[in-house]
Order: sequence, then C-alpha cells, then structure tokens
Amino acid sequence: MKASSEIVALLKKELLLEWKQKYALYGLLMYSLSMVFVISIGLQNTLPPQAWNVVYWLILLFVSVNSIAKSFMSESEGQLLYIYNLASAQSIILAKLIYNCLLMSLIAVITLLFFVFFAFNGNFGDLSQYLVVVIAGSWTFAANMSMVSAIAAKAKQRTTLLAVLSFPLVIPQMLVCISASGKAIAGDPWANSFGEIAFCISFIVIIASVSVILFPFLWRD
Amino acid sequence: MKRKDILRIVCMVLAFGLVIYTIVSGLSSTLPYQGPTNGQTSRNFFFHVPMWFAMMVMGYTSVVYSIKYLRKMDPRHDVLAAEAARLTVLFGVLGLLTGIVWSRVTWGQALDSTDPGAWWPWEPKQTMALICVLIYLGFFLIRSSFSDPVQRAKISSVFNIFAAASIYPLLYVIPKVLPGLHPNTGGDGSALGTMSPGYYYIFWPAVLGFILTAAWLLDLRGRIAVINYELNSIDDE
Repeated sequence: MKASSEIVALLKKELLLEWKQKYALYGLLMYSLSMVFVISIGLQNTLPPQAWNVVYWLILLFVSVNSIAKSFMSESEGQLLYIYNLASAQSIILAKLIYNCLLMSLIAVITLLFFVFFAFNGNFGDLSQYLVVVIAGSWTFAANMSMVSAIAAKAKQRTTLLAVLSFPLVIPQMLVCISASGKAIAGDPWANSFGEIAFCISFIVIIASVSVILFPFLWRD
Repeated sequence: MKRKDILRIVCMVLAFGLVIYTIVSGLSSTLPYQGPTNGQTSRNFFFHVPMWFAMMVMGYTSVVYSIKYLRKMDPRHDVLAAEAARLTVLFGVLGLLTGIVWSRVTWGQALDSTDPGAWWPWEPKQTMALICVLIYLGFFLIRSSFSDPVQRAKISSVFNIFAAASIYPLLYVIPKVLPGLHPNTGGDGSALGTMSPGYYYIFWPAVLGFILTAAWLLDLRGRIAVINYELNSIDDE
C-alpha cells in the first residue's frame, strides 16, 4: 500500500472511532464550557480580556493533556500490534498527528465560541487574527502531545510520566501563543503577531519531521 | 602515555587554571565600567553566564550521543548521553542559583526580601532555564521507569532528541517575543555587544574554563559509567 492511502485509511479509522465514542468529545467540550462558567461566575465577570486569554490557553492545555496525550494509550496492546503489522510506522504517526490536529482545532474553535459569547463581552480587537493564532497554537499542542503520548505509553506509570513530560514541553509554546493572541485581543495589526504565527508553523514542521524520524524507534521492539 | 591521555591532562590543567584565573581576577580586578544598576555585582557575569554556556554545550553533547545511540545501538553512547544530561542539570542548577542571588540584588533591590518577586520574578529567560532543567529531570524519570536496559536506552534517547528539537528553538524565540529584565530579551541587544571590552579578558577565559570543566567531568563520569555498565553486563552473562 502506498503511504498516502495508508495515512488516509488510518485517519478514517481514527475518525470512525471518535464518532462511535462521541462521549469523549462531548466530555472535552463540557470541560471547557464548565471552566468558562466557573470562572465567570466565580469572579463575577470582572476578568479583563487579557486574563481571559490566559484562561483560554489553560483550558486548551488541559484539554490536550486529557485527549491528545491519551491517544496512544486508549488502544489495547493487541490492537496496536495489529495496526503495526498492517501499516508503516511513519504513516501511523503522521495519521495520528493529522487527526490530533483536527481534533484539537475543533475543540479550540468551539471553546473560542464559548469565549466570544460568555467571556469577552464584545471587547475584542481582531477575531480573525485570534482564530488564526488559536488554530496554529492548537496544532503545536497536538503535535507535541502526540509524540509525548507515544513515549509515555511505553512506560508503566503512564499518567504521571505524561504530566511530567508534557507540561515542560508545552508551556514554552503556550507562552508564545499567549503573547500572540494577546496582541490579537488588543487589536494590534497582523504584522505584530506575524512572527509568532510563523514560529508556530515552522515549529509544527520541525516536530512532525522529528516525530516521523523518531517514532519507528519507539514501536520496533 | 597515549595521545588521548595527554589530551585529558591538558584539558584538566587548562580547566583548573582558567577557573582559578576567573575566580581570582573576576573577584579582585578593577572593573573597567560598572553599569548603572549592576555596580560591583557585575562580577557575577563571569560566573553566571559561563554556567549557561557549559549547560548548553552539555545539552547538545547529550543529544549528539542520543543520536549516535539510535544510529549504532551501542549502549556506551546511551550511558554517555545520560551523563551529559546529568551535567546539563548540574550546570543548569548552578546557573539558576547564581542568577537568583544576582536578581535579588539588582532586580529585587526595591522589594522586601520576603517578597518572592525579589528572588524569582518569572522572567522569560529564567523560566526557560527552569523548564530546561525540568525536562532533563523528566529524562531521568523516563530512565528510572524502565527496567529493561535496551528499552530504557531507546525510549530515553527518543525523548532526549524530541525534547531538544522542541525546546532548543524556543530558547532563542521566547526571549525575543516576551519582554524581560535580562539583556537580549525583547528589543534589547545582547550584553556582549554593550559590554566594555575590558571584560572580555576575564569573560571568555571563564566561558572556556567552565566548558572545559564540564568536559572533564563528562569524560571522568562517562568512563566510570561505561566501566560500570561493562561490569554489569559481565555479571549478567
């Protein structure tokens, strides 16, 4: 089988699985919605937009730890062995990366909708710029977490390892994203956050290529 | 004596000599120019900054050994990667400590000493340094969670390379993106550009001295670790 058709087939499998277990997706959306509710009611809606911006990325961080990071753990040993026999390691990791990016951007966009309705109260600079930053940022999260998940899935104490490994790796990117989306909220021109967006995209390219090179070493044993 | 041994001795003597030179002249010589905020504390420049040079050299060395391990699957390379990572943590912690003391006196001058901001203002470079140290601690956590040596070596090498690819670009990006108190953050230029040339005669020998100290430690600890590894594998057979 050609690599591209392999990737498409694996992607289809992931999407079907997600569609069959809709509760996982709903759970994540509930999670972000309840976070917005608790913060706006708890703080009586006094939070300025720049603080909401940080809350937004915090929600994305925890959602990605809860969903993307478990992507290699939800499948059983036998299932993984079966897939590894059918497809090459490179297509497996690429399919996972693409799927995780799709899932992450879906959650990011829906969470952004919650924020537009409940949090920002209309004091907003540039929504389209924010959207672009959010999608690029959520992809960097997904790319990073997929590989960390593949690494942590090999160990016995998976969940502890996952948190310890993923937080230091994701937080620096989060700082870049917060700075870029903060500029979007303030209504700065596109040119100001261009550097950060370009960084996010090149970062995804680096991470994806490193994952494709390194992933075969993880499962070949 | 073999050529390698001569190199080792030269490296060791040079490392000790340069570090002693740094300590003596860094603390006793008259500073050509004292910045407005730093004053006499700018002597810390000869100790704080070389720690990061040594840390980065050890970090890159560790990644190179991990790549070598994955290419050749020679367990000695994995042992050396782990030792280099250990030294990365050591020099990172030393860099953090020298930085904390310095930031207390300069950035936290106006603050109460019970105020955490006087010691740790969450400055971007500081944060990134802490994150680097945390990542290498994660590397050791991975190593301790596998009992099978081959699996441990493979997975920790993969993590080492992946973490470096993910974090090292950010070390150069974050200080440019976020405003900070360090020189070379935000729009500021590097401290080396504005530094009085009189500092160079102490600063560059200090950098070389601490890097050589790190290399000497790596060589020493690496050889012990390789011998231990070989002894263990004899026991297993």
